[in-house]
Amino acid sequence: MIMDAVESLARVEPVLRTQGLEKQYGKGEGLVRAVDSVALEVAAGETLAVMGPSGCGKSTLLHLLGGPERPSAGAVWLVGRRIDQLSEKALARLRRHTIGFVFQAFHLLDELTALENVELPALLAGRSPRAARSRAEDLLEQVGLTDRAPHLPSALSGGQRQRVAIARALSNEPLVILADEPTGNLDSASTLDVLRLLDSLRAAGQTLLIVTHDSRIAATADRLISMRDGAFVEETRLTHGTAGPLVELAGLEG
Amino acid sequence: MPESMSLSQKGSARDYQLRVVQEVLLALLAEEATHGYQLRARLQLALGPLAEALNAGQVYVTLNRLEKANLVSSELVGQADRPDRKVYELTAAGRVRVTEWLEDTSWPKPAPAEFHVKLVAAAAARLADPVRLVDAQRHALLEGLAAVQRAALAEPDESVAGLLLEGVVLRLQADLRWLEACARFWNERKGR
Repeated sequence: MIMDAVESLARVEPVLRTQGLEKQYGKGEGLVRAVDSVALEVAAGETLAVMGPSGCGKSTLLHLLGGPERPSAGAVWLVGRRIDQLSEKALARLRRHTIGFVFQAFHLLDELTALENVELPALLAGRSPRAARSRAEDLLEQVGLTDRAPHLPSALSGGQRQRVAIARALSNEPLVILADEPTGNLDSASTLDVLRLLDSLRAAGQTLLIVTHDSRIAATADRLISMRDGAFVEETRLTHGTAGPLVELAGLEG
Repeated sequence: MPESMSLSQKGSARDYQLRVVQEVLLALLAEEATHGYQLRARLQLALGPLAEALNAGQVYVTLNRLEKANLVSSELVGQADRPDRKVYELTAAGRVRVTEWLEDTSWPKPAPAEFHVKLVAAAAARLADPVRLVDAQRHALLEGLAAVQRAALAEPDESVAGLLLEGVVLRLQADLRWLEACARFWNERKGR
């Protein structure tokens, strides 16, 4: 019931919104403004990429949105509901049902098979084992890994592990997926596999916030924001597949 | 009123007109004597989505020029119940030109020098923050990368045009990496 209400709100409210968001560490001379008065809106169905050099605050921003860290100032709304002041317990519950996480280091459980890793969130959310299993099988098919279902993560390539992790993140039909350097540990061939998957999620209308310094991954997004010293410095809406700029870039324009 | 139409289209994406390099047409003609429309089809196959900007008239204009320069000869071929068609063929001089073009190693220049000097001058005269200029440039290139990458993803496997798009992607990536180095350099200078 609550989740239905949340879902219908998502059509009008931004999925994620922040106002004057700040995170500071240390004090006095050593004060670091990791995130500095950030105002952010992610619309339903939008994919947003946040880029910046390491230490610019992009991962901290993701942690503030996803819950494990609390802001020093400002507010975070998830589909119109303020979440930065919720209790740990309420926040953990909300996270489990509404946010999917994808990490640079995959964070799969080594002793579980690919299939078991993907079905875990549905089981934790209280779904029946049968429903969780069937959902996990569908998701592995969606990421093109049906044939790897019975394998342990140690038997999978980096790119396959990340695709399993993305399938897991999709398990509870999250309102938004937060991805932190999803290709940071991958070679270029695996990066391309994950890139195709992210692009298909974008096309399917999955709301997605990706923090990355990989320009090809960032270029899959609908919108791009660059961060420097904790603040947003540049924003661009990416238009896709228009012939004009292509011709110029290919060196064909007269 | 064709004149006002061309005016109203100015500034749109249609403005980009493919520059049909003479040598490109000559090389595509080397396979066999060809109608103009077949030549266009060969170009379209090679360029994929980029061929959208191909101006059909330009191919014929270039062919006329090549004919005047004696690099191409043409012959009218009669067709049953259709108007005659012009078939183009390479001359001996045309073949020599194609061979020279194939062996020519000149390369479209990546030209980072102008942008580099822009940053140096902006910093020296305190006209603008070079890091901001780099960020704006990065976003412009990323916008291009997004367009090319989407087009590349839409190409089927083994597509000839996909190979061209991959080349554009790789060059943009190289430029973006260089811009990251520029940002690091000028960002460190700022602190001094």
